[in-house]
Amino acid sequence: MNWQEFFAMGGYGFYVWMSYGISLVVLLINFFLPVIQRKQLLRQLQLKQKRNKQS
Amino acid sequence: MRFYHRMASPPHFYALTEKLMPWISVIFLLMTGYGLYLGLFVAPPDYQQGESYRIIYIHVPAAWMSLFIYVVMAVCGGIALIWRMKLAEVVLISSAPIGASFTFIALVTGSLWGKPMWGTWWVWDARLTSELILLFLYLGVISLYGAIEDRKTAARAVSILAIVGVVNIPIIHYSVEWWNTLHQGPTISLTELDKPSIHVSMLIPLMLMATSFKFLYVMAMFQSARVEIIRREQNSQWVKKMLEERA
Amino acid sequence: MRAIRRQRLYLLLLMLGGVALAVTFALRSFNENLMYFFSTTDVVDGKAPADTLFRLGGMVVDGSVERPGDGMMVRFDLTDYSKQVTVEYTGILPDLFREGQGIVSKGKLNTEGVFVAEEVLAKHDENYMPPEVAESLKKQHKSTEVQ
Repeated sequence: MNWQEFFAMGGYGFYVWMSYGISLVVLLINFFLPVIQRKQLLRQLQLKQKRNKQS
Repeated sequence: MRFYHRMASPPHFYALTEKLMPWISVIFLLMTGYGLYLGLFVAPPDYQQGESYRIIYIHVPAAWMSLFIYVVMAVCGGIALIWRMKLAEVVLISSAPIGASFTFIALVTGSLWGKPMWGTWWVWDARLTSELILLFLYLGVISLYGAIEDRKTAARAVSILAIVGVVNIPIIHYSVEWWNTLHQGPTISLTELDKPSIHVSMLIPLMLMATSFKFLYVMAMFQSARVEIIRREQNSQWVKKMLEERA
Repeated sequence: MRAIRRQRLYLLLLMLGGVALAVTFALRSFNENLMYFFSTTDVVDGKAPADTLFRLGGMVVDGSVERPGDGMMVRFDLTDYSKQVTVEYTGILPDLFREGQGIVSKGKLNTEGVFVAEEVLAKHDENYMPPEVAESLKKQHKSTEVQ
């Protein structure tokens, strides 16, 4: 089997790869969005802590 | 009982997620890699649908997860209401966006599969409609939690919504048997697990992907539970200590 | 379990039971509308609505597909293995349309009892297997039929 044939998926390439592509994007967002949110939250709390100590 | 209380304490759970994450990630990556390899390269085409059926390796596991996560949320809702366990509230609310995502994936991949095979992107049959209602239930849980300021009240409200919404789960599952639908009956049925209507060379990658999605759920849920725990416990000693250690 | 917790549990179970009951009744009364299509037997027995659009589901009878005229018009028979209805359709058929395949079509009955479809959707079954396996199953089936 060559790669071109593989990507063509017997003429259904658009449907198959769209399915896999959309799923990949949605699942990546699911995993990495909370990681970013946690980092932001921790930074925020750290700033707050610093301010409280100074005052 | 002591063990149970220790497990359920937020700092302990937070540390546990940190410890488990690398192991779960490795298992997930290996399983997904092997599952996709078998599903996309090794498994033969279907006798009727040709190559297009390979959408099954995303569609069916995602649809299973959409039901599974909702049941987890309903159970957590029950525990949260009866025993007032904080961790159950955290797991419930952290699961909602992931469940919504899997439902969305099941609907979109189903649509992308329906167009070439059935001849339509969407029909209002019992299976598709009840799955769409599930998406709205997930979105309802997320927005209800966001709409109520007081955490305690919010947690109680979403627990009730999660529990009430669980009646939709058997409806989705049996919709293809109770009504005439365009969607076909179950390929793998719990009552006839010994004789699935799918050839073994296609069944193995399907099961691998289904298991790998379970791991993915745990990973994503842990990540979002950690944010929720810090947000709730920001004034507690252990979070303050953690912040100082970070600085 | 403390009394207050048991009380909460009962309250929850009661609530869930109530909602389940309400949904059951609602679904039973909507049952007709939730049926996505009528069977060919329903149509022959006169249970399907006249003069309005409805959906008809069934298997395409082997050897019944014909194209009278030179246009896009297709005529075929649908069956649920008890009664048959003739369907006429002009348009593009889905990839899975073939003899022996289950389909669902939307349209109206004309005066001669022929179903004039404006949409044809293919309904596939829950079986997935490689072409070779399907082929050998077919052969096996034929040989048992001969016996």
